[in-house]
Amino acid sequence: QVSSAAASGGYPKRVKVVEVGPRDGLQNEKNVVPTPVKINLINMLSETGLQVIEATSFVSPKWVPQMADHTEVMQGINKLPGISYPVLTPNLKGFQAAVAAGAKEVSIFGAASELFTKKNINCSIEESLERFEEVMKAAREASIPVRGYVSCVLGCPYEGKISAAKVAEVSKKMYSMGCYEISLGDTIGVGTPGSMKEMLAAVMKEVPVGALAVHCHDTYGQALANILVALQMGVSVVDASVAGLGGCPYAQGASGNVATEDLVYMLNGLGIHTGVDLQKLMDTGTFICNALNRRTNSKVSQASCRL
Amino acid sequence: MGTVPSALKHCLSYQHLLKEQLWIAEPPAAAHPAQEPQTSGLPEYIKIVEVGPRDGLQNEKVIVPTDIKIELINQLSKTGLPAIEVTSFVSSKWVPQMADHKEVMRGIERHPGVQYPVLTPNLQGFHSAIAAGATEVSVFGAASESFSKMNINCSIEESIEKFGEVTKSARNMNIPVRGYVSCALGCPYEGNVVPDKVAEVSKRLYSMGCYEISLGDTIGVGTPGSMKKMLEAVMKEIPLSALAVHCHDTYGQALANILTAIQMGVAVVDSSVAGLGGCPYAKGATGNVATEDVIYMLNGLGINTGVNLYAVMEAGNFICTALNKKTNSKVAQASFSTGTIN
Repeated sequence: QVSSAAASGGYPKRVKVVEVGPRDGLQNEKNVVPTPVKINLINMLSETGLQVIEATSFVSPKWVPQMADHTEVMQGINKLPGISYPVLTPNLKGFQAAVAAGAKEVSIFGAASELFTKKNINCSIEESLERFEEVMKAAREASIPVRGYVSCVLGCPYEGKISAAKVAEVSKKMYSMGCYEISLGDTIGVGTPGSMKEMLAAVMKEVPVGALAVHCHDTYGQALANILVALQMGVSVVDASVAGLGGCPYAQGASGNVATEDLVYMLNGLGIHTGVDLQKLMDTGTFICNALNRRTNSKVSQASCRL
Repeated sequence: MGTVPSALKHCLSYQHLLKEQLWIAEPPAAAHPAQEPQTSGLPEYIKIVEVGPRDGLQNEKVIVPTDIKIELINQLSKTGLPAIEVTSFVSSKWVPQMADHKEVMRGIERHPGVQYPVLTPNLQGFHSAIAAGATEVSVFGAASESFSKMNINCSIEESIEKFGEVTKSARNMNIPVRGYVSCALGCPYEGNVVPDKVAEVSKRLYSMGCYEISLGDTIGVGTPGSMKKMLEAVMKEIPLSALAVHCHDTYGQALANILTAIQMGVAVVDSSVAGLGGCPYAKGATGNVATEDVIYMLNGLGINTGVNLYAVMEAGNFICTALNKKTNSKVAQASFSTGTIN
């Protein structure tokens, strides 16, 4: 199936790139970034052609100090027309704070692993979904779209192997609750094209492919290959992080998010439209890496060949 | 995503993850007995050609002592790799790193079932290689005139004539010859490279008697799009079973490009342990794709390689320690924390 799709050039004509650098990326960076730098990062990203930029997380600063300035960031950024600036809202309180700060789209995070959910937010998957139902209800009443994330779709740092059926079950629940899109996250990057295909085949039985996104981590170097397979199966929304910001909290020193530059380079090579200006994206990556005093994780940026 | 640092303490050790996720202990078929074939359309077996000791080390700044080279190759011989490119019989004036080619060739253990090809750019190098005990050689063509001129100071046509001398002698001595075509997806001087040109050069090398043609994305600029177009053109001239891909990861595209190639039926993949070898055309950028990362992907696809990933990681750890450098393999980076295995 996969190979015939490839043989017939079966790729989506357009892919929506969801930029998670300012939230998922920065959240997993050691150095806390000053608010003006965060705002400038998001403003620069807004000029690249990206249509979706995850801005921040309305979570308690006790848990995630990097996101303590969520209200200032949300209120400080230029919100360009046509661009969505979703924010994470782990509970009703966060949702209300987000809306008060001007958020027009929110995200909630589920997981396909019981142990991961327990360790992360100290409850079961079922209980976490009940908590989210409060957010869904409030979002429905305020006409605010909600994006659902499912973590650990290709492996869990605590449970190891994750069954595709479980991923499909959690995805279906979140989709039925009203999430307009489900982003399937390979949280520790252990997935390969083999497991990606198996997982997507199961999920696609429960959720329409048009409502699916993939969120691949490059911890084992597999991200672009995994994304390629997802595209071949009809997925047309891909999450990525400028400069590959964000390490992996489960493997010390290892990388995390796939770099938006490297993703866009591949999509360009496939003739897939993204609307993103790669040079402006690279410039933005350079800016944030300088601000963070770190090297980029983007290979395209590292190579910066004159070709 | 919740709390961050304390998670590390309770995580499965990397060995556990490797065992479960990477099927280190058993071959892929045994690990998933009841699973439907996941790899329909993909080759069941892929031959990995390990180029670290030659292509890898050649592009490393630090000159590696002969005994370290020999130890690396000996370790690689025990991993299950079917082919290990050992050295290059080229003038030490051009490639100082390969000056000890005779000593390396004579010093390594030769494991049964493992091929040890060496580069022989001309007849002189070929004779020297045979005298040192080589039983397989490689020649390097290019799909770009400018690259050929800048690299070996002659046109593609002239270079093919030189290789013709090598393949003729090799044929007389029953020595298999592998042909490389550089710049298959782009050239640092010419930019775009036309797929038909790659097909033309590949066909010449194949007709001369090369048993296999390794198509090299020398500067790593290729993407699944250009890989597909290039392979379609080459596959019109060369049987699939005689094709290999040699992808560089300079733009992070290597695994996606390799996946595209194997989806089209290519069953031979070149790679370099620990991703040894930078890119001479983009300062500070990476070069060869890491063998560990390739095997990780192929294991995940249920494709047999015969290679023990853990043993390759050990060899990678050895050479990186000797070179005092960090590995370019993401699988190795994720698995080894702060230099110690346990």
